[in-house]
Amino acid sequence: MSGNYYARRKFAVMKGLLEYMGLEPGRLQFSWISSAESTKFVEVANTVAEEVKALGPAKHFIKEKAEVA
Amino acid sequence: MLEYVDKIRDIARRLLSENKVDVVIGFRQGSVPMMSEPAVISRPEDVDELYWDYNCGINLTNYLTKRPDRIGIVAKGCDSRNIVTHMVENQIKREQLYIIGAPCHGMIDRSRILAALGDQEPTKVVVNDSEIVVTGPGLERKFDRKEYLQNNCATCIHRNPVIYDELLAAPVEEQKLTNRYADVEKIEAMSPDDKWAFFDKMLAPCIRCYACRNACPLCYCPTCFVDEARPQWVGKSIDPTDVRTFHFLRAYHCAGRCTDCGACERACPVNIPVRLLTKKLNKDVEDLYGFEPGMVPDVRPPLDVYRPDDPGGFIK
Repeated sequence: MSGNYYARRKFAVMKGLLEYMGLEPGRLQFSWISSAESTKFVEVANTVAEEVKALGPAKHFIKEKAEVA
Repeated sequence: MLEYVDKIRDIARRLLSENKVDVVIGFRQGSVPMMSEPAVISRPEDVDELYWDYNCGINLTNYLTKRPDRIGIVAKGCDSRNIVTHMVENQIKREQLYIIGAPCHGMIDRSRILAALGDQEPTKVVVNDSEIVVTGPGLERKFDRKEYLQNNCATCIHRNPVIYDELLAAPVEEQKLTNRYADVEKIEAMSPDDKWAFFDKMLAPCIRCYACRNACPLCYCPTCFVDEARPQWVGKSIDPTDVRTFHFLRAYHCAGRCTDCGACERACPVNIPVRLLTKKLNKDVEDLYGFEPGMVPDVRPPLDVYRPDDPGGFIK
């Protein structure tokens, strides 16, 4: 249980820094879902998918394949 | 601050000859101007090597990590806060230390002075309370000292050591600043695309030399994530994605621990303002958890504790 709370602090700070560096808000999402909350899981998965689709393909943190001669 | 020199030497001589410490860590004059360098003195007859001026921007706490002996150390406000962080993180014990506190007037920004000089090479730099006098072959220039402070010193609000055994002078007046985070707020106000472009430009000159990491007293892992090969957490190239990942992670590892001592920025050979990343974290940790690193030795760091009512609106 307490692990969620520790992680919340770490994620809050990490999300802040990633979005400060230019990651689009909405690209990175967090949720607390217990194994008993199947309907919540479906809802969250759908919302995340919709929001990320709206943002379009990722542009950042992508590394082109190395050129091999 | 030059008046500290004799006092530092006297204290070091006393500590070493009375066998109160095994070594004294301080600064000595560097071989080129504006480059005072760390010195570890272990014999009373060597204490006259010790020096102090406006170029002691390196964070000496970096040299304390896991030392087993008894150490006298000269500490500015920021160094003292990193000593506290080191104690909290079990890197050194308070009873090993004799802290010689140096109320600080702010260090000068060597890179900006060199940039202003262009091709001209300074051979002598004398700093007094109001000005920096630079001389060299065919060169004599004066700079306003307060205009040429290191960026982090200009926004410093903890110039006096927070922990010490002895002070070199009466505490200096702390700066009253209306907003220390104006530079961070300027970036926060940009659109995501502009932010990305801003950091792309800022990080472009990075050569992955890791001087920022090496100068940082917080970076003491036996194997740094950038050096690890199995698994390889981040590519070792200067591909922009690798560079950005490195800088993101380097900064993130400092979250809730950084004292904004400026050692990273000072060490950067290509003058990247890397503090813009750690400062954002400092701001967030202050806003979210009301924490300022290195102020009290018996409080756990903010990412090592939690409160059930922490801000969590971002979690669905």
